[in-house]
Amino acid sequence: MNGAHDLGGIDGFGPVLREENEPLFHHPWERRAFAVTLAAGMLGRWNIDMARFAREDTDPVTYLNATYYEQWLRGLQRLLVERGLVDAEELASGRAAGPGPVPAVPAERVPAILARGASARRDVQAEPRFRVGDRVRARNLHPRGHTRMPRYVRGHEGVVARDHGHQVFPDRNGMGQGEAPERCYAVRFAARTLWGPDAALADSVVVDLWEPYLEPA
Amino acid sequence: MGAHHDHDHDHEERWSEVELRVKALESLLTEKGLVDPAALEVLIQTYETKVGPRNGAQVVARAWSDPAYKARLLEDATAAIAELGFTGRQGEDMVVVENTEAVHNLVVCTLCSCYPWPVLGLPPAWYKAAPYRARAVREPRAVLAEFGVAVPEEREVRVWDSTAELRYLVLPQRPPGTEGLDEGALAELVTRDSMIGVGEPLPPAGAAA
Repeated sequence: MNGAHDLGGIDGFGPVLREENEPLFHHPWERRAFAVTLAAGMLGRWNIDMARFAREDTDPVTYLNATYYEQWLRGLQRLLVERGLVDAEELASGRAAGPGPVPAVPAERVPAILARGASARRDVQAEPRFRVGDRVRARNLHPRGHTRMPRYVRGHEGVVARDHGHQVFPDRNGMGQGEAPERCYAVRFAARTLWGPDAALADSVVVDLWEPYLEPA
Repeated sequence: MGAHHDHDHDHEERWSEVELRVKALESLLTEKGLVDPAALEVLIQTYETKVGPRNGAQVVARAWSDPAYKARLLEDATAAIAELGFTGRQGEDMVVVENTEAVHNLVVCTLCSCYPWPVLGLPPAWYKAAPYRARAVREPRAVLAEFGVAVPEEREVRVWDSTAELRYLVLPQRPPGTEGLDEGALAELVTRDSMIGVGEPLPPAGAAA
């Protein structure tokens, strides 16, 4: 979707605000929201693309007004209800009507789960459509659902810089339509192609893009 | 002044409301048996005490000291980083990009907040906030200038927008005057910002600033 999360190139946000000796969390509730989100994610009822879509899929004003962990919290509440772990009534009242449909992931399993992670890479035997060095164009696509092709590259030409192999395809995975792995490439765009003559001649932006986002140029 | 005071007051109200929501959600999930309270403590402990940019600094220092390791790191970053024991969530598939005289690399995630957790820990607030995400791709040199990094006009600034599940780590250039330093001393010079590309490593002690 063309949401407010797709921030690349928007003017007017002002300087990057850094903080000396920044704490990992700025409020105690952020620490809890972080941990609860990860623990609930470990129940396996949604994937990372669905989690991203749950945060993005809102009106732009809500998205931009929320702090980072407020976005996480709103996304988590939505997923808990959508994926049948909690019902809306329970969420509103804070009182459990009964036990959840799946058991909690016990603490002793957490270190191994974190150390393993969940790679999005998939072994698929298929000839790549593009090779490193090929000129490609990012297609002018505007899906209403989840996508990982930023608006600022759409319609522009670049050069394939790396072949990442097959990766889970977010446009399908984020909508609960299966992993549908597609080949993913790092595509390098000249900064002037994206941003016009004011950009520095030498500069470039590299974006990871899946095969369905690309066409030969 | 008054406006500032009201502003702070509004924020306090907002946070206490959010805090109540988080508490209610945590106890609801615990009551339903969906979350193990001890698991929450393990998660917090992991990212507050075990995982952070010192991990990435070890990787960089090893690459500076050992050419064979550096070659492996640039060829297959995931495997080379795993040699030092850093693996897993939000670093499952790693790419290391090397700064040279010709290229200065900079990492951003314009769409959300992708960041290599096993080697850098959780991202700082500015990395996740709108100004950096909006500007790093469009005016990287202006952003770098705010961080005190000046890149000569002829040197390419190459921005990596982490749109897929690849996580990028910048291998900064080894500072001059560090020939005699061992890996431990080199790691002390590697800052978090230098591994995102918004900073340079520290000069060695005793070097002219």
